[in-house]
This record gives sequence, structure tokens and C-alpha cells, in this order.
Amino acid sequence: MTMKSQNNRFVNWLDQRTGVRHLTREALDEPIPGGARWAYVLGSGLLYILLSQIATGVFLAMYYVASADHAHTTVEYITKQVTAGSFIRSLHMYGSSAMVVTLVAHMAQTYFFGSYKGRREILWLSGLILFALVIGMAFTGYLLPWDQKAFFATAVGTNIAGEVPIIGDWLKELMRGGTEMGTLTLSRFFVAHVFLIPGCIFAFVAAHIFLFRKAGSAGPMDEHPFEPKQQTEQFYPKQVIMDIVFATILVGTLGLLSYLSPVELGPKANPADTSFLPRPEWYYLPIFQWLKYWNGASAIIGIVVIPGIIAALLVALPFLDRKLERRPWKRPVASFSFAIVICSLIFLGWQSGHEDASDPAVAKQLTKQSEETAAFMKAPFTPELSGGTLTAQNAALLDPQAMLGKKLYANNSCDGCHGENANGTDVGPKLIGIGTKFDRAKIIGLLKNPTQKMRDGNMDPVDLPDAELDKLLAYLNSLK
Amino acid sequence: MIENTKIQRAINTHQETGVHPIGSAGSQHKTIRTGRRTFLGWFFGIGTVSIGAMLSVPLFRFALDPLMRTTTATSWSDLGPESDFSETSIPQKRSISITQVDGWRKVVTEKPVYVIKKADGKLIVLTSVCPHLGCAVKWNDTGTQFKCPCHNGVFTTEGKLMSGPPPRDMDELESRSVDGHLQVRYQSFRQLVKIKEELA
Repeated sequence: MTMKSQNNRFVNWLDQRTGVRHLTREALDEPIPGGARWAYVLGSGLLYILLSQIATGVFLAMYYVASADHAHTTVEYITKQVTAGSFIRSLHMYGSSAMVVTLVAHMAQTYFFGSYKGRREILWLSGLILFALVIGMAFTGYLLPWDQKAFFATAVGTNIAGEVPIIGDWLKELMRGGTEMGTLTLSRFFVAHVFLIPGCIFAFVAAHIFLFRKAGSAGPMDEHPFEPKQQTEQFYPKQVIMDIVFATILVGTLGLLSYLSPVELGPKANPADTSFLPRPEWYYLPIFQWLKYWNGASAIIGIVVIPGIIAALLVALPFLDRKLERRPWKRPVASFSFAIVICSLIFLGWQSGHEDASDPAVAKQLTKQSEETAAFMKAPFTPELSGGTLTAQNAALLDPQAMLGKKLYANNSCDGCHGENANGTDVGPKLIGIGTKFDRAKIIGLLKNPTQKMRDGNMDPVDLPDAELDKLLAYLNSLK
Repeated sequence: MIENTKIQRAINTHQETGVHPIGSAGSQHKTIRTGRRTFLGWFFGIGTVSIGAMLSVPLFRFALDPLMRTTTATSWSDLGPESDFSETSIPQKRSISITQVDGWRKVVTEKPVYVIKKADGKLIVLTSVCPHLGCAVKWNDTGTQFKCPCHNGVFTTEGKLMSGPPPRDMDELESRSVDGHLQVRYQSFRQLVKIKEELA
């Protein structure tokens, strides 16, 4: 029997059970009017970045702890200690930038090619929702390292949400989990970043791909939107090659960037620091600059009204623009407004950098901040001192009676089974919190006459004078 | 059965060739295209798998980091100047702080040890953990012996087993003298065995 026929038999076996042949044909034989083009690689490029973000994100969660106490330490641990940690984190962070860039390019291409036309309203809307979700991912992910930059940028971001009329304050408190930024904010952002938004992204990516296949590939810009006339070419192999080449370039660039220029981590967030100048991730800079122009009463216009109008126009686009003409030069209004928006964004981004550089006070502070970050990156990792083990010791030291009790605890070898700090060991339970569990008489009773179960576990009766028993109890009650 | 496979094969051939609506002129041409498609299929399959494998290398290294990390040797703890212990032959109890690194955090625990001046003047350090079941062995101030309060194991001043259920003498810890200071390296030992056995 040849290998080929063996292979065929296996594929037959698999196909009868899964319908894999039909599936691959459906996936690979998608007809593309006008043939394969480099212009179409952006969508599948986004899928590759999404896969990379999922893989790196899941692995980062292996070491990350979402709590204001530990988040920064764990990210520092990932960056400085864990093998390939800096690389994986960099891949994830550069991946988020690549995601935003590719997404904007994908959207621009759809807009420019008029590919949203012709029974593609829901497809376009699902894309807009995905855009909002990705922006949400970038916003929530930015806080997670809990360094200065993350903390203050998110403080500003949530304050902006507070400017929304009527529901603003409520919205801000909902995002922060209170009036101030704190550990609850971090938990919320973490849950949004790893559970809520990704869940929505999976659902909408599936819907987006399904709707895309339902509507069919739009083809080049001189093609009819829903009755394609040009000769079609199948997705496989030429378009697949182009997609894979693009994905390889993307992944290769991200990998090289992560390897050669790993992302930094700043010093831990210090909410009391009043001099820190927050600057958002570069793709938010145009919006950051835009918000500077709207102060006081006019803020509503800049923060709510104008972005609201732009969002509404984007949503309404396929419903308003019903003409089937797709060539950009025949759609001067659409093309011109598109060019204006892109140019304004570039200008705003440039202006933001220019203003920072030309204000000496700002430039000095920003230099100081990047020096602090560089110094922090150079410092070796020091493990965080675990609080739990010290609580009992500190508590015991506060009350002299309890301190004497602690001595009795050690001298009578209670620590042998219940642990040095009453944390419990393999052979004895922990005693922390015993004072709130049982009253004084009950504890003394148990000490003098242990139950059969306690005796079986090698607990002997404690035979101490009453004065010493008082001290021991003071110690036991101090264990919280 | 044979009929069945023949039919299946016919269907397969039809399926493989039937999916090329473009440029399907002549049977010879068809075979070439099918061959090229199979080759491309393998090319993509192997290519995708190898790129995936390359990308997964850092992820695996990342995930396996704790396994590759060699457990840091317990460091030396200072017990103070040796002269503190030269006055008396009564065992002196001291607490040492042991720092254990647990991933990104460190846990500080206090461990009691006994410093003993032996008859020949040499200082030794014993752990207070009983080799029987791990209770803390107590120096019996009134007598001249160590006694474990849990099961009445009794040891001499130098930690030699006298009576009771413990299987061996009290465990001596590695100690050294640096600039006149006594230092000890804290370790844990397996309980209930005759021969002293270090736990990692």
C-alpha cells in the first residue's frame, strides 16, 4: 500500500466523521472577483495578530496578579526574571500597536475601496463594533502593569469619561469601582481585558467573517458591489500566499522589534506624585491633543458632541451612501472627508509631540520620567516581602502581654505543629482568627481538655498557671 | 466492500478535480494542477506548523521558567559573636529569620535553633525540630536535657537521643565562624527515619 492511498484512506475516515473536505473547500475556494491582491491582506493579518495576542496574553496571565499590591511586582518579575518574559510582554504590547494600525488600515481600505457598499451594512457595523472593542482592549490593557504611566494615563482616561453629560460621574465611578483609582479599578480593567472584551471579540470576529463570506468578496473598486462581473479567482492558493507572506512579515517585524527593543516598565504607580506628566500610547496622541483644545464649558463639544457626530456618521455610512459607485475619484465628498480626518489625526499627533518638545518645563519633566524608567529597568528585581507572615508577628509585638504570650507559645512548642506564626503546618491547623471563632472560655477549655480529635492529632493538654494562660490567650487573640 | 471503495475513490477523484473551475482543459492538465495543489498544501501545512513551532518556543520557555530555575541555596544566617556562647554550657535558644523566595515574593519565617558549647569548647547548632514528628524540642531548664513535649523524646545537652520514640539524635545544622561571628545554614530534615536526610 502506498503512502498516498494510506493518506487518502485517513482523510476519508476523517471526512466521514467531520466533513473536513467540505470545510476546507468552503474556506479555500472562496471566489475573489478580479483575482488575488495585496490590498486584501489586512483582514487576515488582523486575525494573525489576534492569535498572537491571545497566545501571549494567556501566557502572561500565568505570572500576572491583578491587584494593586502585586500587579507591578509581577510584571517586573515577568520583565526581569522569567525566561523570554520580556520578549513575550513586548510581543503583546507591540502587538496591540500593530492591531490598532492594521485595523485602521483595514477600515481605511474598506472605506477607500467603497467595499462597505452593496448589502454590506451589517458587515460594516460588525467591523465598527470590533474597532470599538479593540480600542477598549488597548485602553484596559494599558493600566495592567500599574506603573506611573499606566496609572496616570488611566486616571486621565477615566476623567474624560466623567465629562459625559448626565451619566459622566456614574460612568467614571463604574469604571474605577469607586471615586478614586485603586485596586478595584485594576480588577475591573483586568476582567474587561481578559474576559468581557475578548468574549465579545470572538463573537464579533465570527460574525464578521460569516457576514463577509455571505456578502462575498467585494473585489476591486471598479467592480459592482453585489453582482460581480469580473472573472473570479479562488482564495487558494494565490491570496493565501499573499496573506501568509503578510502575516510572516507582521509576526517577523513584531518579533524583531520585541527582541531588539523590548518594552520598558516604569516605577510603580505612586498616586501621591503630583508632578508626573501622563502621556498615552502613541496611537491615542491625536485624541489626547484634540482634548487640549476644549476646556471648561466647551469640553462637552470636544469630548462628546464632535466624537459622537463622527461615530454616528460612521455607523450611518452604508445607510446614507446608497450609490453603487465605488471608485474614490467619483466619490469626492467621501474621499475628501476621509483625507481631512487622516490629515487632522496626523497633524494632531505631530502637534502633541511638538508641544511637548518646545515647552522646556514639560520636556524636562518628560526627560526626567524616561530617566526614572531607565533607572528602574536597570535595577535588579527584588522579590516582594509577603505581608501575611509578618502580620502575626507585628500584631503580637503591639501588646506586651501578647508578646509574652508569643514566648510561651514558642516555649511550649505550640509552634512545632501550629507554625512559627500560627500559620499552621502539615501536622497542625492555623490559629490565626481563633479569637473571633471561639470565646475565651471555649479556648481555655480546649487548651486544658483537648477533644478526642485534637488528641488523635497529637495535641496534648496545656498545663499552665492561669497568669500564663492569660498571656497565651492575649497572643492567640492578637492573631488576625 | 470492494465496490464500495471503488465508488468512494471515484467520488474522491471527482471532488479533488471538480473544484477547479478555472483552467480545467484536458485530463493531463488536471493532473498537473492537482499535483501542484497537493504540493502547495503540504508546503503550507509544513510551513505553518514550523512557524507555529518557532513562535511557541519562547512561550514554552516562558511557561517552563520555574522548572529551569535552580532552587537557591539557603543562605547563611548570623547568630552573633561567638563570645556570646562561650560563657555557659547551657544550650542557648536563638531565632533566625529565613527568607524563602517564592516566585515574585519572598516569605520571611523565623526558625528557632539551639547553640550549644560542647565539652571540647566547640560550638554546634541544633535545629529545634524533633526528628520524630516535627514538634519543637524544648530545653528543660530544670534538668540537663532536651525534651520534646509532644511524645516525650529525651535528648542529652548535645542532642544525643536518650529515650522516647524519636528515631535519631537531634539534627545538627551546618555552622561556621566568620570574623568571630557564628553563622548557621538552616535546613529541614526528613522525619521518622534513622539516617539524617536533608529536604530540598
